[in-house]
Amino acid sequence: MTCKEMQYLLNAYSDGELDLISSLDIEQHLPDCIACNRLYQNQQTLKAALKSSDLYFQPPADLQKRVQAVLRKPEVTPTSSLRPNRRRWLVMAASLSGIMLIAWSLGRILSLPSADELLAQEVVASHIRSLMPGHLTDVVSSNQHTVKPWFNGKLDFSPPVEDLAANDFKLVGGRLDYLNNRSVATLIYQRRDHYINVFIWPSSANAIEKAQNLSRQGYNILHWTRANMTFWAVSDLNTTELGDFGRFFQNVVGFTPIYQSQ
Amino acid sequence: MQFEEQNGVKRFEQTVLPHLATAYNLARWLTRNEQEAEDLVQEAYLRAFKFFDSFRGPSSRAWLLAIVRNCFYSRYSKKGQDMTIVFEEELHGGLSEDLNPEILVLRSVNNQLLKTALEELPVEYREVIVLRELEELSYKEIAELAGIPIGTVMSRLARARKRLLQRLTNDSSREASFDL
Repeated sequence: MTCKEMQYLLNAYSDGELDLISSLDIEQHLPDCIACNRLYQNQQTLKAALKSSDLYFQPPADLQKRVQAVLRKPEVTPTSSLRPNRRRWLVMAASLSGIMLIAWSLGRILSLPSADELLAQEVVASHIRSLMPGHLTDVVSSNQHTVKPWFNGKLDFSPPVEDLAANDFKLVGGRLDYLNNRSVATLIYQRRDHYINVFIWPSSANAIEKAQNLSRQGYNILHWTRANMTFWAVSDLNTTELGDFGRFFQNVVGFTPIYQSQ
Repeated sequence: MQFEEQNGVKRFEQTVLPHLATAYNLARWLTRNEQEAEDLVQEAYLRAFKFFDSFRGPSSRAWLLAIVRNCFYSRYSKKGQDMTIVFEEELHGGLSEDLNPEILVLRSVNNQLLKTALEELPVEYREVIVLRELEELSYKEIAELAGIPIGTVMSRLARARKRLLQRLTNDSSREASFDL
């Protein structure tokens, strides 16, 4: 990212609205760049000033009474006697609320869980199941050359397997799992007492998808698509460390990190 | 009948009246005038009451703010005044200004100056600052409330802050309240 892009994203960063990976980039960049750092400090000063100063206008004391009085006027209440012009108004109101009802039900239909949301739920369920005794690994090894061939003949693809012990994410082993209506490869990594499950399967989309992070039931999820493979990492690790993991993993398996920017 | 009416008013008052201060603050920043803000709040409450049956959560606060905003825009776009038209830079190639390597560090902000600077912002920029910094709404809530994409919320906030900072550094340079 250039400084210009960085400074544009600084706003969302200060507001806590920036995705994890871009946030980490900004945190790495800030100590090294005077211009970005100053802009960041200025934004913080501005934000603090906007919050602390008396910019919030309080309503006059009697406004509430006046509003209540207006609401209680007889011609305001929707159910009062029907004069002709009132009837016309009612018909308009009825059709308007009809339209709003349709819009609302459409909204309901559209807000049904998306494919990604369902997948996120499946990923978390698989992660929880794997943590039950005896379910974590099918092949126990910290050696990538043991784990990778183990998948041969069990899957119709060969997942990338790398040990990240150098980055303090130890490869624990591999497992077969069933997600998104297919068999998938699962790699298990460990940092301290936290396990990370990485689910991998070939992606139908040829596209490079930006890394996205989610949180479900207290677990953090990071998913991305690269080189025709889809990756979903899930853990009870905090978002920062899971973000680190995502970066190391992508670096080691030969993909450059991807940024999500708006 | 009489009883039902009173019940309806009560239910409305319990749900929406607690947001009076929020509604007034937004109205005051949009109109920049006490009297007009009061009128706008009353109009918004009346409209909210009429359409209360169509309200389906989750947030009655965001719903009321959206109505305040709609009342404001329909009122003032008719009169054709107070509507500073903002050139939508996001449609024309993003932040085009070059970086200024000599960005000054603000140490403190003069309250009165900040108030004036915010009041002078075009209304599209002013409202995102008020909704974000004073009402503490998320980008998503602002996007839904104003009917604009989240990306536009982000770019408007970026430009609004940039203008505020430019204004504050220019003005305060005379008072030498920053670090060279």
